[in-house]
Amino acid sequence: MAKRSAPEVNAGSMADIAFLLLIFFLVTTDIATDSGLSRKLPPWEENQPEDIVQIKEKNIFALTLNSNNQILLTSAGDSEVIAIKDLRARAFEFLDNGGGQGEDACKRCKGNRDPKSSDNLKKAVISLANDRLTDYKTYITVQNEIIAAYNDIRNREFKKDYPKLEMNFVEATEMYQDPVTDVKVKESLKEKLEAIKEVVPQLFSEAEAKRD
Amino acid sequence: MSKFKKKKDGGLPPISTASLPDIVFMLLFFFMVATVIKEDNLKIQNQLPKANQIEKLDKKKPISYIYIGKPSANYIDTYGTEDRIQLNDKLQSVEQVQAFIAAERAALAEELVPTLTVSLKVDRDAKMGVLTDVKQELRKTNALKINYTTKKGDAVSN
Repeated sequence: MAKRSAPEVNAGSMADIAFLLLIFFLVTTDIATDSGLSRKLPPWEENQPEDIVQIKEKNIFALTLNSNNQILLTSAGDSEVIAIKDLRARAFEFLDNGGGQGEDACKRCKGNRDPKSSDNLKKAVISLANDRLTDYKTYITVQNEIIAAYNDIRNREFKKDYPKLEMNFVEATEMYQDPVTDVKVKESLKEKLEAIKEVVPQLFSEAEAKRD
Repeated sequence: MSKFKKKKDGGLPPISTASLPDIVFMLLFFFMVATVIKEDNLKIQNQLPKANQIEKLDKKKPISYIYIGKPSANYIDTYGTEDRIQLNDKLQSVEQVQAFIAAERAALAEELVPTLTVSLKVDRDAKMGVLTDVKQELRKTNALKINYTTKKGDAVSN
């Protein structure tokens, strides 16, 4: 008898089935946004203590955001409205100033050593106050620029202290957080990252928003 | 004469669609890998702002999400046009934040409680007022690790 070839299965509807599945997944899922600016809030204190540690005025880089999203910078005895694009450079300049003398001298700073600006990296504080009507996007931009200024300095110090690694602070942090990285590498990275964080602490304070 | 068969008229041969399922499956797999199932059904507008100094959230640690924004078009009649807070699937008031965090903590294993991170997904056009209140509530309930969840991009162009 002649050999009969097996009948071909009609695969025409396969595409329809796959499309149906595809559309189901398109509707029920979201592209994950799981990254952002990490911050730590200060713990709540019932009675805010009156005798807050005194900080010299020259060590404070005070930013105030008003309801029109303008940035007022009060630093080194001056107040001025600054543009958002200048903020990063100004913050960097302030942090890196190193105007301290004697005990407060800053060996790592490469700034102008202006005696009216910050003493050293461990004393420079950035403070931020915002209005209740400030836009969130402006607030995020300001936060981002402040973190950027700190990261710039940390990158520089990390490269200077550990030139053999051939990466900067941000890349090292990413590598440390990457689950693929070997445990031993992580350990040594953690030590170095902590050391840099110790040298360049993020002293950032946020005042409560003004009530109108 | 049947010796000379009539030539077929010049109709185009049908295009083979046999590879269409393969293409669609490929798309399907891409979406399955690149996306996650929606955690909450949003009732508010939630366009995240952009930033570039971002850190990835550690998915192994517990994350709670708080959404803030104006109610979306369908809900304006019910909830008005002021910024609102969404916890899980409902629009809630500021006072509910503490209870929400407590509930999130209760669902965790004890050793994971201190590592709980609160991801704040705030609409880019929202005002700071509500967010400030939420932050105060988080401080009161001692949930201090927060993350302003943003998209990656140039922050100055926000």
